[in-house]
Amino acid sequence: MTQQRRSYQIGTGLFILLGFAALAYLATQTTSVANFHQGDSYVLKARFTNIGQLKLRAPVKMAGVRIGSVESIALDPAKLDAIVRISIDKHYAEIPDDSAAAIFTSGLLGDQYVGVQPGGSPDMFKDGGEFVLTQSSMQLEDLIGKFLVNGSPQKPANGSAAPEDKAAEEKPPATNPPASEPRH
Amino acid sequence: MSSVRRPPSMIGDALAQVGACGLFLLQVLAAVPKSLRHFRETVRQIWFTGAMSLVIIMTCGLFVGMVLGLQLYYVLSIFGGTAALGTVVSLSLYRELGPVVTALLFAGRAGTSITAEIGLMRATDQLAAMEMMAVDPLAYVAAPRFLAGIVAMPLLACVFNALGIFGAHLVGVSWLGLDNGTFWSNMTSSVDVWKDVVNGVWKSVAFGAVVSLIAVYQGYTTPPTSEGVAYATTRTVVFSSIVVLALDFVMTAFLM
Repeated sequence: MTQQRRSYQIGTGLFILLGFAALAYLATQTTSVANFHQGDSYVLKARFTNIGQLKLRAPVKMAGVRIGSVESIALDPAKLDAIVRISIDKHYAEIPDDSAAAIFTSGLLGDQYVGVQPGGSPDMFKDGGEFVLTQSSMQLEDLIGKFLVNGSPQKPANGSAAPEDKAAEEKPPATNPPASEPRH
Repeated sequence: MSSVRRPPSMIGDALAQVGACGLFLLQVLAAVPKSLRHFRETVRQIWFTGAMSLVIIMTCGLFVGMVLGLQLYYVLSIFGGTAALGTVVSLSLYRELGPVVTALLFAGRAGTSITAEIGLMRATDQLAAMEMMAVDPLAYVAAPRFLAGIVAMPLLACVFNALGIFGAHLVGVSWLGLDNGTFWSNMTSSVDVWKDVVNGVWKSVAFGAVVSLIAVYQGYTTPPTSEGVAYATTRTVVFSSIVVLALDFVMTAFLM
């Protein structure tokens, strides 16, 4: 009898341990905590005129390999552009100081990340260095807007609407999409 | 009782049930300190409702994760966004499916047996016998099962989530050939510990309390006949499913 009682008590203990182990696994391995392993790192700065949807802790990649993460994003009150502080793993200390930083999107629905394109300078970045060459986030809306505005004169058969009429109206997208959608 | 019974009909009955269940909750909570003296009984109930439910929870978690992997892979491939599979699966498991499906399974696996056990105790006058021996059945029977539900449910939900992620990984990476690193890195970059994982745990704590309260209440107040026990068991599953899904909506609206 006591034997049986002990066995279910041990079993209950094991069950509770298993539950907490699962919780610890979920909390540390599948969330942003997992990216937080803060080994030795150093900080670089980059200025962008538009960061798009770049988020804190977004990955920083070089040649597709993750080398660090975005540490903070702030607006420079004087120049009115965004200062992104990037912490980079100490393993990757050899980054030429004329490298360029750009904001990319991974896939169509993916998150935005900072891509670093290596330059050819013999000098390497030091802690606190700043990227001289940066390229802001590609705004999909702007691209589509430009594309539609450029595309509109190619399609004159649109009732009696003259091109200048459209430009004034600023609403050509509503009438155009069927003609200017290459995806389908 | 009989004079009140006729005019209010169904709505009145339902309100009376809810009110009686609320009062019962207060009684059980009042009996909780006393029940800690029978702490072994609580441990035994955690063993019975929690550890014994592990197999069904793990199996269902694995299958739910694999189905999510397949379905979401199909949907995401339409938009060319299969890289987000890990994110979508983990968010839907942590925020919704883990707590809710675990609660429904828990109601079916553990809630019914709690109701049947207590109902049979009621039908065979064991509860009255306990009172006779100055053992408070609320402290010795009801409270330990209630506490066990609160403890066991979040742990079961975590196990369910972990197995679900494993199942989705199995389908997405091992079968459909998604990149392993993409799967995990997309997940880790968009899942938040507090907003996603911990909120899911709060949900399952609430569901555990609700399901075990309903199960204990239905068993405790069952008519002492075999038919009564049968109906009480059915009502446990029906009511706890409805309440869990409704409460899920309310909690999601507040915890978002």
